[in-house]
Amino acid sequence: MLVVLAVVAVVVAWPLYRATRPAAPSARDADVEALEAAKDSKLREIREAELDYRTGKLTEEDWRAIDRRLRAEVADVLRALDRAEPPD
Amino acid sequence: MALLGRACLIIALGLAVYGAGASIYGARARKAAWIESGRRAVYALAGVTTIAFAVLIAAFIRSDFSFGVVVDHSSTTTPLFYRATAAWSSQEGSLLLWVFLLAAWSSLILWVLARKGKLREVAPYATAVLCGLAGFFLFCTIFLANPFTTLANAPLEGAGLNPLLRHPSMMVHPPALYSGYTLFTVPFAFAVGALIAGRLDASWITSTRRFALAAWFFLGVGILLGARWSYSELGWGGYWAWDPVENASLMPWLCGTAFLHSAMIQEKRGMLKVWNVSLVLATGVLAVLGTFLVRSGILDSIHAFGASTLGVPFVALIATMAAGSIGLVVWRRVSLRSEHRLDSLFSREAVFLLNNLVLVGLCFVVFWGTFFPLISEALTGDKASVGPPWFDRYTVPLALVLVLLSGIGPVIAWRKASLRGLVRNLAAPLTAGLAVPILLLALGVSGHASALIMFGCGAFALTAVGQEFWRGAGARRAMTGAAPPAALLALVRRNRRRYGGYVVHAGMAVLFIGVAASSAFANQRDARLSPGQTTKVGGYDVRYVKPTFDVAHDKRETGAIVSLGAVLDVSKNGKHVTTLDPSRGYYPSVDVAQDGPVGRFYKGESTSEVGLRAGLRRDLWTAIEPDTSRIERLADVADRKFPDATPRLSLFIAGTLAAGYAKDPPPATFRVIDSPLVTWIWLGGLIVVAGALIALWPAGLRARRTAPAGYGAQLARELGRA
Amino acid sequence: MDPSRKRKIRLVVALGAALLLAGALAYTSFSASSEAKTPSQLAGGAQPGRSYELTGKVAAGSVHHDGGALFFRVRDRSGNTSVPVRYVGAVPDPFREGREVIVDVRKQGSVFVGERDSLVTKCPSKFKAAHSS
Repeated sequence: MLVVLAVVAVVVAWPLYRATRPAAPSARDADVEALEAAKDSKLREIREAELDYRTGKLTEEDWRAIDRRLRAEVADVLRALDRAEPPD
Repeated sequence: MALLGRACLIIALGLAVYGAGASIYGARARKAAWIESGRRAVYALAGVTTIAFAVLIAAFIRSDFSFGVVVDHSSTTTPLFYRATAAWSSQEGSLLLWVFLLAAWSSLILWVLARKGKLREVAPYATAVLCGLAGFFLFCTIFLANPFTTLANAPLEGAGLNPLLRHPSMMVHPPALYSGYTLFTVPFAFAVGALIAGRLDASWITSTRRFALAAWFFLGVGILLGARWSYSELGWGGYWAWDPVENASLMPWLCGTAFLHSAMIQEKRGMLKVWNVSLVLATGVLAVLGTFLVRSGILDSIHAFGASTLGVPFVALIATMAAGSIGLVVWRRVSLRSEHRLDSLFSREAVFLLNNLVLVGLCFVVFWGTFFPLISEALTGDKASVGPPWFDRYTVPLALVLVLLSGIGPVIAWRKASLRGLVRNLAAPLTAGLAVPILLLALGVSGHASALIMFGCGAFALTAVGQEFWRGAGARRAMTGAAPPAALLALVRRNRRRYGGYVVHAGMAVLFIGVAASSAFANQRDARLSPGQTTKVGGYDVRYVKPTFDVAHDKRETGAIVSLGAVLDVSKNGKHVTTLDPSRGYYPSVDVAQDGPVGRFYKGESTSEVGLRAGLRRDLWTAIEPDTSRIERLADVADRKFPDATPRLSLFIAGTLAAGYAKDPPPATFRVIDSPLVTWIWLGGLIVVAGALIALWPAGLRARRTAPAGYGAQLARELGRA
Repeated sequence: MDPSRKRKIRLVVALGAALLLAGALAYTSFSASSEAKTPSQLAGGAQPGRSYELTGKVAAGSVHHDGGALFFRVRDRSGNTSVPVRYVGAVPDPFREGREVIVDVRKQGSVFVGERDSLVTKCPSKFKAAHSS
């Protein structure tokens, strides 16, 4: 039982005494995460809109309009991502 | 060993408190080391609760009667399989199971998120919530219902597992339900965390999506298994009684279903933030409420185990969760404003909204009916309750609308559907939906309007889903030229969530068709028959051929010593259809002093072994209630003559009485039910399971390609030109 | 009609429909419900023909079959007042003397007739002997 207690204490306290400290979570990280999620979601939407068109739920005209709009939105997100995380 | 278990629980409680504190401190002071320490506390919590749980299971398997719970719920004569499951038949063991599962899922989500570096602002608060819940359950386990209490003088034998619980489903039904409840606390915790951290975009939903789906899956499996267990094991022949405990598990499932749909809208359009967050919080509260209802005894139910000491703490927890949730949503209401508005009523978003309203409406109906005894007592002073007819009156129309919507959703586009496209896509489903009831009416199937409408709605939904697969595979073929089977496979693989969802819809349609048919068109007869007599049920002739008996020959490994039964011959228009062999198993009571050494064989618990012949078109179900009054009288005579009979002699006499019953049987009461399409319910359930697994399956590496740096700018330029 | 007004109208309609449903629910639940009563309450005065939900324990020695029906007496949880019940329908497996039961009954003459299939027996989780060895 004492063994269990000892193991637990070590496991839990380890990060407090390490030499290198992990970076604190920042608001910017969370913003980037949100943008990445938005990008993934919009790319999926583009794919699904095409599938909707090909399975007859949308006319070609409607689809092209939606596709154009979505691609513009993706472009905005990508630009925002580049600003937040500039490529090196 | 009990000492180890007790120590693990106390360490676990300490870890839960520390984990919550360290996470909150780390989040507020922006010290990642403390956040990580809090996370590791959760991992340690999982490890320690696993040890405690293992100790308990081992004690049951070993039949270690120094443990109080083992004495009360198991015995040396209980088969090994049921000794293991007996661990969670007890209040104490089931609480420990809850904590064990909660710790396991918490560790999993935190580990996954840490590895990907996601939700770093939200996770600490979520960790605190999960630790808080774990701490509550651990507190209850340590101080109110401790599974590791030992007895000073360990008895030689235990009381045994309640015979009604000796069914293979016992191994899966409670763990499945508890997995469902505990998995729902993960999205709950992350919703709370997102609200506290002010991070109200869809990332908390995306990251916990699989957990919500898995929770929904396990809860659904648990509910379905409970229904199947009731049908195939209990002597009443039904699968759903709107019993408070059944309802307790259905409510979070309904809210969870609503959430799974509306979450998609928030991911795509940033809409419905308040609604989603409220739904998830409600689902979490209902999951804890469901756990509480089963174990507290505040509502009269077949599962209610009488008043328990857990009532007050649980009410306090649920009240805190509910009040806290409402408070958080109100506090963050500005950040929860939608980013977009509904474009059109002719859109998938609108259908999802309607679906949500129906599901929440269903949940409200079930909630009202379940808690009505308490509501009426508060309002009028009299405890009154409503029965199945009231529930059916409201749930049936709502279920019809739900199945209808599940057919419209797949064929309508996001944002704004073209009217032309919609009409084209609805033509075939609508035809099927109208043709099926008309056809059935023409064939003479009549009398139950709601069932016929459900058949129509089900046909509508199935056709819509089938059409989606057809068109989708066709589209894939047009794009890649692949052969149909390959196209279909590729289609599903590349659109797992969508087509997994379609399969689930198909399964639910099949399930509801089965429910409608078996509720509306079943024929039931209760008859008292002597051997040779026949009764008629729905066109079938059921003849009581001969009685059967079995002594100390436990074929089904359930522990029943004596069983009395019958052989029934079923025929239709003179042609033999099947033979059924229902029986009743008798478990000796442990009270030798009161029931007598021979009498106790017949005065203990008894369970029905149902005689069932299931089929794709109809089930023939039967249960027997033998008349044991003569046996009991003779047993009393034997007990007076041989008050000190050895166990061997008593068994011999009891067996002789059973043989005597078979030789000259008094009339026995039979319940025979002929119900159509019951198997469709279980089949529908299996299809839903398959669909959920498809939707849950992790995407392949191909889909996870991330754009390299700089590509973003390049793509933006290219798209700008397009 | 501008979009925000359209939205407001939609919201009002939806809320109105929800309130209507809730109202209908509440109203019918009170009229369709059966009051829970203990044996002493029923013995004290019960309206013939009205449905009640009787809760209590099965009195020892009172269970017997006659013809196709089950006869038993239900007594208060802690007390001796009991009422006779005549019941036809599915008898749950755990049904036994001394167990807690719930059954929907209607008064007919001097006996309470149980509604078919409404008998519920509370499942004892502890399957304990009166004396432990």
